[in-house]
Amino acid sequence: MRKDEQETDTGFVLTRRHALECMVWAGTGVLWTVSGGIPKSLGLLDAARAAEAAQGAMTFLQISDSHIGFDKEASVTAVDTLTEAIDRVKALPVKPAFMIHTGDITHLSKAGEFDDAARIIGSTGLEVFYVPGEHDLIDPEQGKAYLDRYGKGTHGAGWHSFDRDGVHFIGLVNVFDLKAGGLGNLGAEQLAWLKSDLDGRPASTPIVVFAHIPLWSIYPQWGWGTEDAAQALTLLRRFGSVTVLNGHIHQIMQKVEGNMVFHTARSTAFPQPQPGRADKPGPMIVPADQLRSMLGLTSVDFTVGEERLAITDTTLA
Amino acid sequence: MNKQPSKIIPGMLQKALRMGLGTTLIALLALPIAPAGATETQVTISNFTFKPQALTISRGDTVRFVNSDDMVHTIVAGDGSFRSGALDTDDSFVWTFSQPGTIAYFCGLHPFMKGSIVVK
Ligand SMILES: [Cu+2]
Repeated sequence: MRKDEQETDTGFVLTRRHALECMVWAGTGVLWTVSGGIPKSLGLLDAARAAEAAQGAMTFLQISDSHIGFDKEASVTAVDTLTEAIDRVKALPVKPAFMIHTGDITHLSKAGEFDDAARIIGSTGLEVFYVPGEHDLIDPEQGKAYLDRYGKGTHGAGWHSFDRDGVHFIGLVNVFDLKAGGLGNLGAEQLAWLKSDLDGRPASTPIVVFAHIPLWSIYPQWGWGTEDAAQALTLLRRFGSVTVLNGHIHQIMQKVEGNMVFHTARSTAFPQPQPGRADKPGPMIVPADQLRSMLGLTSVDFTVGEERLAITDTTLA
Repeated sequence: MNKQPSKIIPGMLQKALRMGLGTTLIALLALPIAPAGATETQVTISNFTFKPQALTISRGDTVRFVNSDDMVHTIVAGDGSFRSGALDTDDSFVWTFSQPGTIAYFCGLHPFMKGSIVVK
């Protein structure tokens, strides 16, 4: 349930109507419409079209990098901004079928952080599918805290797959046991599982792959890529429509390569610099009045029989 | 703030007591440094970089890794001999190097961050 009014940290009171208008104006998240398997990104000003496309379509939402526990000067608390993002989800005109979270749920893998995230995200009443980010595996047992909560029915470090409305979803883990100097890594065991998961599936099955670190090389100098992603993408190449959704870099980047569409989502907690635009990655300090325009969510619509997924990115501004 | 239990302290106290270093003990309590004969060197994490990146110490010396970034980091030995917990801002991790050799280490969250320690 959402309130008709909400007060932001800056003391600005948003009415429900105002929030929706802002959503339309800013194009509030990534709204993914899965239509026939190929995702389509509706531009920032196309939220109205997204709502139209969503009629009769299956819509799901991506949230990412909530970093609960992060409370440095670069951000208001991550709890506050996740709560704002989730309020946006509750206000969506078309209720998403489910959500995916592409990792870095927490900042320090602490039990209280996982609990806060589960309480806030759970308030939507939506089913949520997770993959971990590297920040979710830094408890003393290196991942037990995450797997205790989200490991049920998954394999290895938490990879899994499921089907919804004819779309096959695959959650991959590329943040486990990272090696010196390296990028994200899937590992032989997970790649073997992926191969068997895809074996025998008709090439017409639309595929959505989600993982924390991008599966395409964005900026290896900052570790923004996955070492053995090429092996996974080779297994996916025969499918007519593959959509790859990632987080980690806290900004939107898109690439289309043949039948594959790659997309990264914004964080709900703090922005990071564009690749190479700063000395190092990490929380970007921005004026408070600009912060929310750099945070957000992603929504995807899927319509059976159509050719494209529709993707809408939404900011918290 | 050091959230990592500094495992060297109890042993150090025992050793100091065994050796009857009563006056030194007070100094040790006030300034937790490595045992007599050994030294503690600090490696500071700043702007996603270990400083100094390369370090030479003697066998039995201790290194204190201090995170002064506003981002969490971890310290992981390339050979798996040690792994810190999550080091948030101002947290530190202390490790005593008892074997000679070269130890490469990196940040488990940002593996492009690398450093090395030569233990003589
Ligand atoms: Cu790091």
